[in-house]
Amino acid sequence: MRGGQGAARAPVIQFTNCRILRGGALLREDLWVRGGRILDPEKLFFEERRVADEQRDCGGCILAPGFIDVQINGGFGVDFSQASEDVGSGVALVARRILSHGVTSFCPTLVTSPLEVYHKVLPQIPVKSGGPHGAGVLGVHLEGPFISREKRGAHPEAHLRSFEADAFQDLLATYGGLDNVRIVTLAPELGHSHEVIRALTALGICVSLGHSVADLGTAEEAVQSGATFITHLFNAMLPFHHRDPGIVGLLTSDRLPAGRHIFYGMIADGIHTNPAALRIAHRAHPKGLVLVTDAVPALGLGNGRHTLGQQEVEVDGLTAYVAGTSTLSGSIAPMDTCVRHFLQATGCSVECALEAASLHPAQLLGLEKRKGTLDFGADADFVVLDDSLHVRATYISGELVWQAEEARP
Amino acid sequence: MRLVILDNYDLASEWAAKYICNRIIQFRPGQDRYFTLGLPTGSTPLGCYKKLIEYHKNGDLSFKYVKTFNMDEYVGLPRNHPESYHSYMWNNFFKHIDIDPNNAHILDGNATDLQAECDAFEKKIKEAGGIDLFVGGIGPDGHIAFNEPGSSLVSRTRLKTLAMDTILANAKYFDGDLSKVPTMALTVGVGTVMDAREVMILITGAHKAFALYKAIEEGVNHMWTVSAFQQHPRTIFVCDEDATLELRVKTVKYFKGLPWWLRTVQHLPAMRETWVRSLVWEDPLEKEMATNSSTLAWKIPWTEEPGRLQSMGPQRVRHD
Repeated sequence: MRGGQGAARAPVIQFTNCRILRGGALLREDLWVRGGRILDPEKLFFEERRVADEQRDCGGCILAPGFIDVQINGGFGVDFSQASEDVGSGVALVARRILSHGVTSFCPTLVTSPLEVYHKVLPQIPVKSGGPHGAGVLGVHLEGPFISREKRGAHPEAHLRSFEADAFQDLLATYGGLDNVRIVTLAPELGHSHEVIRALTALGICVSLGHSVADLGTAEEAVQSGATFITHLFNAMLPFHHRDPGIVGLLTSDRLPAGRHIFYGMIADGIHTNPAALRIAHRAHPKGLVLVTDAVPALGLGNGRHTLGQQEVEVDGLTAYVAGTSTLSGSIAPMDTCVRHFLQATGCSVECALEAASLHPAQLLGLEKRKGTLDFGADADFVVLDDSLHVRATYISGELVWQAEEARP
Repeated sequence: MRLVILDNYDLASEWAAKYICNRIIQFRPGQDRYFTLGLPTGSTPLGCYKKLIEYHKNGDLSFKYVKTFNMDEYVGLPRNHPESYHSYMWNNFFKHIDIDPNNAHILDGNATDLQAECDAFEKKIKEAGGIDLFVGGIGPDGHIAFNEPGSSLVSRTRLKTLAMDTILANAKYFDGDLSKVPTMALTVGVGTVMDAREVMILITGAHKAFALYKAIEEGVNHMWTVSAFQQHPRTIFVCDEDATLELRVKTVKYFKGLPWWLRTVQHLPAMRETWVRSLVWEDPLEKEMATNSSTLAWKIPWTEEPGRLQSMGPQRVRHD
């Protein structure tokens, strides 16, 4: 239980000998934690007149906000889109294993599935705080079924849907309810999509554009109706064209609502996007870039055949294909690998790479006061990294929840 | 007075820091015996604070039994404003050392009854047994703390309106916007600082040269409040070359030419050895000067432990 009256008596921990990511820069500062939240040590000194109860030496490492993965379909053999009897334990397994990748919060993602799967699985994935048991669940990301046939990628054609006359009710009936839902990916060129986008936005659900053949005009209207995210930019959408940039053009569009900018997911595994394309997107709109893994159940499993949604997947090294085709079927690069690859491919600063995996997804979901940041009052979810951005330890609510082998005493 | 002239800002900061460090160590502070230090803010003492932090991190100096009293604080500026003196002291000093938060006293510029806050501050100083060493700076208008020109030389801690010179000097900390600079402050009085057993004034930079001239070569005058320290039995002015630019050559030569001082300047790293040693062996010139300027009174603590930059020895300064 974070905060609250008991927090004032909770021990104060001071993480020393570290560099922390704060205000977009890596500062040589100590990180103070109490009651699961980041503490303002100046306030502690002058108002409560207290010092730290415990000091922990971080060996000169970098302390960054815990990574947030808003698109992950499963991992370690678990497939979130599979209607098993115990979905909860599958989610819990993934939640625990991704701690070693530096992920402290995530959105379990369901690909296009039949109604029965949504009705059975969704109620079993509640929003949940993270801890030693695993990363926190921020809500489910529903990728489909209201997407384009032409750009379905690895999604099963049989279960694609379009909106009927009473579009929002149709959507509710398909999913069986929206409790626990955080993000919905849809194709805005589908009829009646605008009323759906508006209804979802009004409920506080993030609407993302993806798996679509929309042109820029349609995409812009969707953003004006409330869409705020693009699902894995470049993948499953029309390619950039200089007379109609399509969804990609949202990065530099001047027809977005004032004061808002678009966020876009990028799979920086070195396979889903050519580094040059990654650089173009980053340079055009660095503040909107959100690193996602789009990881499939084969994440962490190794080479061979595995299940994704209703289809079979073939894994070979860092690449996963729809079995028997050359269609990419999601990535198996862990989040920290994506951060390192992104840093190396774009040549951006360490701060920038870390923010793409923490601050930006938090901003997308409107959580930037509590997550994705090491500002005072934020949840003490952070990751300890060495200079090459390898994860040494992961903390949730100020508690050590994972530690690299070498670092263990 | 003592006038100590170093070649540049860094050397002056280091000299001052070593002096403070040695003073604390020689005092042998402990559970029932706290060393009380008066502290300044501004750009001048930054180098000195950095050095003190370095001595602390080396294990040579602990602030566990030190009580501090800051000179001043703006009125109406939120305590956590980046330009408040609370923020300054936290970021530049307190967060790097092992001082007990209960022993770090700074005036509260947001108190409901400002005069009561000032009176309480005077009371706290008294209860702490008075100030052993008050470190201060000088404003371009010759003020000590915020005792602006015209302040009574026997004043106590109180509310003051800042002079235009001070507001202009501080504008650089508020994006150069004069309207953002606070116009009032709580400050210790000239009398409050005069009560300290020893006073050390840090003055560096050519822009302070005229103020230094007025403070030590002209008379005691409430328009240049630092001049009050001409009547304090134990004051040291620590400056760099630039700060002496408005002084008479005769004054500078006199203070620079003092025999103990010559040896000190030549061998700065071993400063404390030669300086202390010369006092122990009763340098005749020094003795003569002593009768004129009561430096004899200073001899007693200094003869205790000659030698290297004094350390608190194996005392752990980190919380285990």
